[in-house]
Amino acid sequence: MNPMNYIYLSAALFSIGAFGVLFRRNAIVVFMCVELMLNAANLAFVTFARINGTLDGQVVAFFVMVVAAAEVVIGLAIIMSIFATRRSASIDEANLLRS
Amino acid sequence: MTAYLATGVATVSAGETFAFWVLAILTVGGAIGMLLSRKAVHSALWIALTMVSLAVVYLINAAPFLSMVQIIVYTGAVMMLFLFVLMLIGVDAADSLVETIKGQRLAAVLVGIGFGLLLLAGVGGLTVNEIKGLDAATSQAGGNLEAVAQLIFGRYVLAFEVTSALLITAAVGAIVYTHRERLVGKPTQAMISRARFTSATAPRSPMPAPGVFANHNAVDTPALLPDGSPALDSVPAPFQVEEARTFTTADGRVITAVYPEGDDK
Repeated sequence: MNPMNYIYLSAALFSIGAFGVLFRRNAIVVFMCVELMLNAANLAFVTFARINGTLDGQVVAFFVMVVAAAEVVIGLAIIMSIFATRRSASIDEANLLRS
Repeated sequence: MTAYLATGVATVSAGETFAFWVLAILTVGGAIGMLLSRKAVHSALWIALTMVSLAVVYLINAAPFLSMVQIIVYTGAVMMLFLFVLMLIGVDAADSLVETIKGQRLAAVLVGIGFGLLLLAGVGGLTVNEIKGLDAATSQAGGNLEAVAQLIFGRYVLAFEVTSALLITAAVGAIVYTHRERLVGKPTQAMISRARFTSATAPRSPMPAPGVFANHNAVDTPALLPDGSPALDSVPAPFQVEEARTFTTADGRVITAVYPEGDDK
């Protein structure tokens, strides 16, 4: 098997995530799609690290995971505060940022 | 297994090929399931499948440390956070099918397919002649974990330290965003009691328990008042059904309980 198959899998996952961000209306599901895109990028990093014989790709994937964890915390806090004022998690209704 | 994980795999074995195809079906299937689930909780469970499968992909892809981090951080922490927020917001919230922007869904499908084709075309132009493998990179340190640790605490130590500042900021930010001040003070027990006794409608005494003096002790059987009529308030609101209920008391009288329609249940 060609190791490029991992990259194809990564590209497929990234496309599905990008499509989901455009398609879904629930803010939490949109957020899950963003997480899927980050995971796809991590898969590409890990595969390229193995192909190139250096560990830097794995370290970068590790940092991506850390940043993703911080991003999830802040994003979900924003969703929670928008829900507290608007009683809705739909991204269509959050078109105004004032509370 | 341990020896396999300790080295960076420089060739693709038949076993890895088989594992790859199984895991590719699982990851893409989980992603598509997340996309097509109407309920957000089902989406969360589907993407948890994708993330666990990706952890195994990392494992066969010479990254055992990242595999464990993936399971602990993503399926352990991130997905639990998602599920907690879903429970707080309401599990039943399903996506509306109303388009706010006309033609947005069709455009999203076209852009998604186009983006995927573009990505595949770009990546498809690459060819890999040989996999170098991570043997040379990990053997000197004594394994994948040790080699990654040497890099994180060596060449990337500044980025690692900045990460701690990022995590602290994220934690403080989440607290600030979700903190809500009470506009009025919390009512004390004395205040609640005073409000109950000054109200004209609230009962002064505790509610009668259901089923008292009746032939049944089921929770949907009302208690009997001293004059023999059923105490409708004694039945919990979810059991106050619209149709009339007939039951027999212990001394043989037949009582019919009718709840008024449009009651505030």
